Amino acid sequence: MSNNNSQQEPLFSLKNKRLLSNPIGKDNPITVQVLGICSILAITVQVKASLVMAVSVVAVMGLANVIISILRKTIPPRIRIIVQLVVISSLVILVDQILKAFVYDVSRQLSVFVGLIITNCIIMGRLEAFALNNKVWPSFLDGVGNAAGYGAILLVVGIVRELFGAGTLMGHQVIPQAFYDLGYENNGLMILPPMALITVGIIIWIHRARDRELIDVS
Amino acid sequence: MYSNRYIFLYASAMVIIVAIVLSTAATLLSPFQERNIRIEKIQNILASINIESTKSNAEELFGEYIIDAKILDYQGVEIEGDAFEIDMAEENRKKPEDRNLPLYIAKIENDTIYIIPLYGSGLWGPIWGYISLEADLTTILGANFDHSAETPGLGAEISESQFESQFKGKKIYDDAGAFRSVSAIRGGARDDDPHGVDAITGGTITSNGLNDMISNGLKLYEPFFKKLKAI
Repeated sequence: MSNNNSQQEPLFSLKNKRLLSNPIGKDNPITVQVLGICSILAITVQVKASLVMAVSVVAVMGLANVIISILRKTIPPRIRIIVQLVVISSLVILVDQILKAFVYDVSRQLSVFVGLIITNCIIMGRLEAFALNNKVWPSFLDGVGNAAGYGAILLVVGIVRELFGAGTLMGHQVIPQAFYDLGYENNGLMILPPMALITVGIIIWIHRARDRELIDVS
Repeated sequence: MYSNRYIFLYASAMVIIVAIVLSTAATLLSPFQERNIRIEKIQNILASINIESTKSNAEELFGEYIIDAKILDYQGVEIEGDAFEIDMAEENRKKPEDRNLPLYIAKIENDTIYIIPLYGSGLWGPIWGYISLEADLTTILGANFDHSAETPGLGAEISESQFESQFKGKKIYDDAGAFRSVSAIRGGARDDDPHGVDAITGGTITSNGLNDMISNGLKLYEPFFKKLKAI
């Protein structure tokens, strides 16, 4: 049945492409829906940690959406939230274990925040709002799209904070020594959590200034 | 509508499947994870004798510099066992008299170095580290500290090399031979103070925890030091 449908509708039809691209721009979970702010504060001091977190969330969210979408017709509505939570937390535990095994230093840096992907409101929100009522492929795109929207902001904030806070990117020095000799200093405030919020605020400002539809007139 | 029976069966099946998947993953991945933990420990020990290592050469360097590892009891008598396998968190829960005290001995250019593992509490969780003593058993060669959950930028600074490097050259005994330990001093230590380093601004509880850890930890090894000095 689903085969039939996908023959009628190409894999990357306009509608499906929107599922992927909307959350990165117009419907971004962080800058528009203002979800998932808590983890942004904690882990964007360095680009590497942001990147690992972004990839982890894409993996968890894509897979969670797929699993819930496959099961959607069997899940009893009365326990659907529990089922969603079990799916998300198992995936997160898997990701955590894999990080501990293969990128141990990053996993130590992310510490509790990998576990806290479970409580990332974006994931459960997408399962409840989308995967429960849609076919597998669109659900996968929706999950990956939303996670990518989250990850994109995470990366931008990470780049800004690491560049101005430590003068490095991915741990490599990018601000030349000559600047420091002229009296340039790293901005210690960038390392502290409030700067993540301020950076997100600036991103939201730019985003809305460019896309007038998003401006809330009330 | 779904029957209660269906819901129960559904939930049970789900839990069983998840349990199988997760325990399989944990079993398959644990050798990798244990190796990472082991390498990190080796790197920390090497850092306490001021030797930089990478993940790939850590084990090689460890074999090169660390010539012996002992377990001591409260009286400073050597007991059987693998010092590397000692769980400091577990030892810390025992009474001081019952603890197994691990000690690593390194050799750098013919100088014998004694590396003492330490374990204590910071503000939010455990802190631990290694202090290495030169052959006179008084002068500190280097120190390495780590923590599980101290506040970044405040207490967590104890694991920064800037803080750790202050310990180099400090003395744990005064000229009269009395045990003085080395403490992080609030407001900064005097430059000529052989027993003090600058504490961390805004990290007073962590600094105090560190002071207790160093002094309590080193004190346990005193019987062994005395024996060694008597030879």
